[in-house]
Amino acid sequence: MPIHVNGSAVSVPDDPRVSLLDLLREGLHLTGTKVGCNQGACGACTVLVDGERILSCLALAVQYDGREITTVEGLAEGDTLHPLQAAFVDHDGFQCGYCTPGQICSAIGMAGEIERGMPSHVTQDLATETIAISRGEFQERMSGNLCRCGAHNGIIDAISGVYAGDRGALERFAHVAESAE
Amino acid sequence: MSNILQDAKNAVQGVAQMVMQKAVQLAPDSFIPGGRPDPLIREQHGNVGKPLSRLDGPQKVRGAAPFAAEFALDRMLYASVAFSTVVRGRISRIDMAAAEAAPGVALVMTHLNAPRMAKVPLLMSKPKAAGGIDLPIMQDDRVHWSGQPIALVLAETQEQADHARSLLRFEYETEPAVTAFAAAKALGTETGQFMGQPLKMERGDTAKGLALAQYKVDRTYTTPRHSHNAIELHACTVAWDGDTLRVHDASQMVAHTAWSLAQVFGIEEGQVHVTSPFVGGGFGGKGLWWHQVLAAAAAKLTERPVRLTLSREGVHRVVGGRTCTEQRVAIGARADGTFDALVHTGTVVISRHNPMPEPFILPVMSAYASGSLKFDLEVAHIDMLANTFMRAPGEAVGTFALECAVDELAVEMGMDPIELRLKNEPEKDPVTGAPPSQRDTAKAFRDGAERFGWSKRGAPASRREGEWQIGMGVATACYPYHRMPGGAARMTLGQDGSVVVEIAAHEMGMGTMTAHTQVVADRLGLPLDKVDFRYGDSFQPGMVMAGGSQQTASIGFSIIAAQRELVTELLKLAGNSSPLAGLAADEVGGVNRGLGKLDDPDRHESYASILSRAQRDELVVEGSAPPPIEVQHWSMHSHGAMFCEVGVNGVTGEVRVQRFLGSFDCGRILNPKTAASQFRGGIIMGLGLALMEETQFDERLGRIMNPSLAEYHVPVHMDVPEIDVIWTDIPDPHAPMGARGIGEIGITGVGAAVANAIFNATGRRVRDLPITLDKLL
Repeated sequence: MPIHVNGSAVSVPDDPRVSLLDLLREGLHLTGTKVGCNQGACGACTVLVDGERILSCLALAVQYDGREITTVEGLAEGDTLHPLQAAFVDHDGFQCGYCTPGQICSAIGMAGEIERGMPSHVTQDLATETIAISRGEFQERMSGNLCRCGAHNGIIDAISGVYAGDRGALERFAHVAESAE
Repeated sequence: MSNILQDAKNAVQGVAQMVMQKAVQLAPDSFIPGGRPDPLIREQHGNVGKPLSRLDGPQKVRGAAPFAAEFALDRMLYASVAFSTVVRGRISRIDMAAAEAAPGVALVMTHLNAPRMAKVPLLMSKPKAAGGIDLPIMQDDRVHWSGQPIALVLAETQEQADHARSLLRFEYETEPAVTAFAAAKALGTETGQFMGQPLKMERGDTAKGLALAQYKVDRTYTTPRHSHNAIELHACTVAWDGDTLRVHDASQMVAHTAWSLAQVFGIEEGQVHVTSPFVGGGFGGKGLWWHQVLAAAAAKLTERPVRLTLSREGVHRVVGGRTCTEQRVAIGARADGTFDALVHTGTVVISRHNPMPEPFILPVMSAYASGSLKFDLEVAHIDMLANTFMRAPGEAVGTFALECAVDELAVEMGMDPIELRLKNEPEKDPVTGAPPSQRDTAKAFRDGAERFGWSKRGAPASRREGEWQIGMGVATACYPYHRMPGGAARMTLGQDGSVVVEIAAHEMGMGTMTAHTQVVADRLGLPLDKVDFRYGDSFQPGMVMAGGSQQTASIGFSIIAAQRELVTELLKLAGNSSPLAGLAADEVGGVNRGLGKLDDPDRHESYASILSRAQRDELVVEGSAPPPIEVQHWSMHSHGAMFCEVGVNGVTGEVRVQRFLGSFDCGRILNPKTAASQFRGGIIMGLGLALMEETQFDERLGRIMNPSLAEYHVPVHMDVPEIDVIWTDIPDPHAPMGARGIGEIGITGVGAAVANAIFNATGRRVRDLPITLDKLL
């Protein structure tokens, strides 16, 4: 079975050492996914696998046979940016732009985790089925994505703007966050 | 004898320099760049000052902005670098058989087979010198620091290269090394030099001033090493075409890098083409290190393109950071708070192969008036990776010591620390005596205090909420206006009335491209979509390092110069039948897509009309910025007031920054949206400096022990509160656009604001960064 990347079928690499990150960047020239540490410490390589966020630098590509990978290149619909991409621009949620694809993919995965009722370190009631959305929840859950330029405020503003309010604009992009189940 | 001659020569040069400096200071304002205020300062209804979103934003959020390691070239090989594990000595044996035999390997390069190369000229030793380390690169068997690159493997894939590199074995003959601060100091220190100036001065008698002072503090503060840790790894993609070298780099200095690489390989500057359209964070670290040279050397040997991406550990081995400091600040004050003596001295460590002294005394050169002033920065030498410029070198850690000491004095005197600071606000430059170009520190403090609610601050250790002790602190931020020589720009005006501006400047996230598109649009009287601002290419005009917060000024003056050429040429082309006939360049400006008389806009002709009548498809001009002598004529500094509220956990010692406000006096703000991000970014890096950042150096092994983002802690989302930033927006009449650079001031003062807030919360004074919880238990 092939790996599906942004809807296109891709064969698994021959070399089992190739990470999903290197398959994307070097094999497929999908360089929107970034490399910052290659050891799971910075979040720059975050991609969505069947709607869930993972660190592609810690994932061997051969393990993703048959899975649906969405990278930052797969978020926009033609000329129309994903609402979160547009919100990052509006809120100046980046400076150099290097951690940005990871932040955006991570935020989409994170929103799904909140929706599925997964608690975080700051969730007060661990038994709750509905996580109360707050700035603190977003901050805690995004803390695995480092930003060195210091765009943290703009990033959380952008995420809050998209996920804490009216989500109508997201409907068109629902497929991005869908899990394979 | 030669020493005497050298001393005499230096003295003569020194005298000549002083005479020149005096002449510049005494010259009429109109002789000096910025002497006639930039007309754009008066323009209040244009694009400048508008919160325009980044023009390259959509490209970045799509992942479509190409960085250095993202240019794929045919037949490209991947590099992997091996680093020494000893500090000093010789490589006595290299076993490379297994590596050479490994699948996919095209080259194992060591000092035994590397091409002969000249040293990279050391930064500031020549106008375009870019090198961070003054050593030959892989030319002999010597090891100078733990982590020095000693071999490079090229293979068809990164996996193959990394594996082969892991098979290399080295043996060393080690030699004694100096790896501890105390041992280095015991061997003797020298006075540090920065930008050609010794960092040592005494005006008046500070010893007497301290002895007679009614109130005084005399304290020692220490700060550790820091690493830039931009999220983008240092990387380059290089290829030779005959004798010409193409470099896709992540660079803050493309022109410098091209010239310096040309010296290394013995070719002409024009044979090296360096581009860097996007840089994933720089902060002073994205200069010319060994990796670009090694990649080019290996590409030469294999006659194939090479991609070299340093690992995160590799970045810590090859790219220097900020060095550690020990600082003494002593202040003597009268009963009313007036400073009679101000002393800032101390020692930093540097390597033998770089001269960067982390000039922590810079803040004391501008911040306060004092009856007497002394500063003295000494350097001690350690065998380690060369340290280098990191965001606000000097000011970032110097303000920690100075501004904590001022706070300690205020506590001693029972005086409000803001009032104490404003009491000592200087009327002229404390060192040169030059008048300020624009300075309203007091407004920054008063506006900030009002907005932050400073008046609600209580006595030390007086406010408790559950487990948390709450406190407020304040500190001065400061950073000079710099402008380096060599700015230049090219403008190509098309018949459709659009302009292409080209300048070898840089975009590392500061918003350079966006803000200067706004500036050019206003200066030429064009809509934004008629301006194409191009940068980051060594073949473009200008020598515009993205350093010292100087790009805004350097680009600003370069554009002014190019526009003047453009106007002059256009007036010639317009001829006698134009409404502009008879007007001089000084009388016209860019208005409504053309030129118009400044005080009579009806006398106007569009660019399109002028070019079309002259039957020209386009007009190309270049302008060069004047030498930056405005910095000698005026005292040009930005200031700010940093306000912080912390909670300190009484049980665990954990510090949480709850609120932060930066109030800045930096001249005019060109784009409030990108400027706010610059300020916040600096402040957040300052929070890291205050609370968590430390490059841990093992003084026995002479080696950085936390070369990863897992162990070098930077602020994460949960550490960063909503940060408020405000500014006076008072234009500097002597800076282009009225703006001074803002890239670095944000990190200054933050360490002290946090430390002072922690004191207010707990009554405990921590004088050693970072302020980790163990220091508060």
